[in-house]
Amino acid sequence: MTAVSDSTTRPHMAPDGGLMWTIRDNMTMVWRNLTVIRRVPQLLVFSLIQPLIFVLMFRYVFGGSIKIPGRSYVDYLMPGIFVQTVAFGAINTAVGLAEDKNKGLLERLRSLPMARSAVLGGRVLADTIRNVVIVTLMLFVGFAVGFNTHTNSIMVAAGVGVLVLFGLGLAWLFALIGLSVTNGEAAQAAAFPLLAPLVFASNAFVDPANLPGWLQGWARHQPVSAAADAVRACMLGGPTANKVLISVAWSLGISAVLAPIAVRRYRKT
Amino acid sequence: MSSTAHTPGPAIHAEGLVKHFGEVQALQGVSFEVLTGTVLGLLGPNGAGKTTAVRILTTILQPDAGRAVVAGFDVVQSPQSVRRSIGLAGQYAAIDENLTGRENLLLVGRLSHLSKATAGTRAVELLDQFHLTDAGGRPARTYSGGMRRRLDLAAALVTHPPVLLLDEPTTGLDPASRQELWDVIGGLVADGTTVLLTTQYLEEADRLADQIVVIDNGLVAAQGTAAQLKARLGTTAMALQFDDAIQATAAIAVLADLNPAHPATDTTTVVLPLFGGAGTVRDVLNRLAEANITVGRLDLHEPTLDDVFLSLTGATP
Repeated sequence: MTAVSDSTTRPHMAPDGGLMWTIRDNMTMVWRNLTVIRRVPQLLVFSLIQPLIFVLMFRYVFGGSIKIPGRSYVDYLMPGIFVQTVAFGAINTAVGLAEDKNKGLLERLRSLPMARSAVLGGRVLADTIRNVVIVTLMLFVGFAVGFNTHTNSIMVAAGVGVLVLFGLGLAWLFALIGLSVTNGEAAQAAAFPLLAPLVFASNAFVDPANLPGWLQGWARHQPVSAAADAVRACMLGGPTANKVLISVAWSLGISAVLAPIAVRRYRKT
Repeated sequence: MSSTAHTPGPAIHAEGLVKHFGEVQALQGVSFEVLTGTVLGLLGPNGAGKTTAVRILTTILQPDAGRAVVAGFDVVQSPQSVRRSIGLAGQYAAIDENLTGRENLLLVGRLSHLSKATAGTRAVELLDQFHLTDAGGRPARTYSGGMRRRLDLAAALVTHPPVLLLDEPTTGLDPASRQELWDVIGGLVADGTTVLLTTQYLEEADRLADQIVVIDNGLVAAQGTAAQLKARLGTTAMALQFDDAIQATAAIAVLADLNPAHPATDTTTVVLPLFGGAGTVRDVLNRLAEANITVGRLDLHEPTLDDVFLSLTGATP
């Protein structure tokens, strides 16, 4: 009796499985994450404030004292700023996941017949879309303070591609952090000490030749510097292929190692 | 257990569930059954293992040992089929604060693989049923505690699941909101939904549950109907109040053979089950008088589930 009335009043649920539903579940989570960004635009604005301050500080305060052989400092600086923007923006991935966990939303999602990949996949994809928007906005900020590209628009777009791929690698790292802490504040706190040596001990703002010898090796051969080099090559010209390859290898390598670990972590929490 | 679609077996069958987190034994072999169309109250103090049991039954956690079958499907072997048959609402009101009420319901509908149109229709129906139609277009962060809890419960009902798991559904709610939620749950049960609810509120279990399972320290301490559990305490309970804790303690010593106990929050009161009627009352008073203990106040009452809890777990929930 009960079973009969249940089956007749239940809404139709599509049968399980299939690649199509995996994609749709991922897209549903992308929709949800982008809706949150739209609903709380402060989040986007806050992610722009920090790089804006850095642009103003380095362009107008420190810039005069930093000499880069063969280029204007603003041209050298802006690709570094783009990388910094993407790197610090990745904290959002960790904060968002940690908050979903803290608020109990992950529990509900785990109890639904959705594709298991969609929580992380939807988050990382939405943050990638967000990165494209933010990098584009920062590009215009650059133009406003005197940044000039010296290649064609296809190469500039390739530079944006390098940045987005770099953001993707970091998103997996921060997804792992977000799943490992208890709330958004803890995620923030865990992220900064990780990012500071990557972003500041790099070639993003200064020429590594002026750094102390023991720091130069690190500053030249780490993913932030690799990304900044590749974006500079794409946007300013010079030998490009090798630099892009190195940065792409970093980004894909980080994704290949950390994505499976993050997925395992999600299944276990 | 045989569980084909047409035999109305138990909607939930848990057998020897064990789960530990490191050193902590959250569940040490818990078994119970919930018959189709009935309500089981899982009652226990904080940390007893109630939430762990719910998380296993909803496929969020896997048990270390034991097995569980929900709506005819094994939670470890066929988790997706279990997920298609259940609704979960929790003490945390697991909704997205930045989405509107309507968007929250759409999200759950879409992730439950309803078509866009059906998810939309269900969202409208549920907002109406839970008196959230006017608030449906506002972000959920603007909702009151009671509204959030209603939205959370609505989200659990999007697919009209035959089995509903409610983890402390009314914790932290004011009495009016609690009453309202009880009415909704009562209505669902009348429609044939099977409900497992965890609660720390004895009144809630007394009011809603057909069967009660008391768990404490990861073990089933008792099970039965509310009436059966109360009967274990005799037909009447006697509460004796003394001027101070010293006299109360002395009274417990004098009356040791009658199973006296302190309520956890009140050391000047002694509660004991009364099996023998008026004769026992006279006996108790005589023995206290002989020991020169003055009774401040004597009170006879029907045993409440609080009394059951006290005698089973030595703690108030």
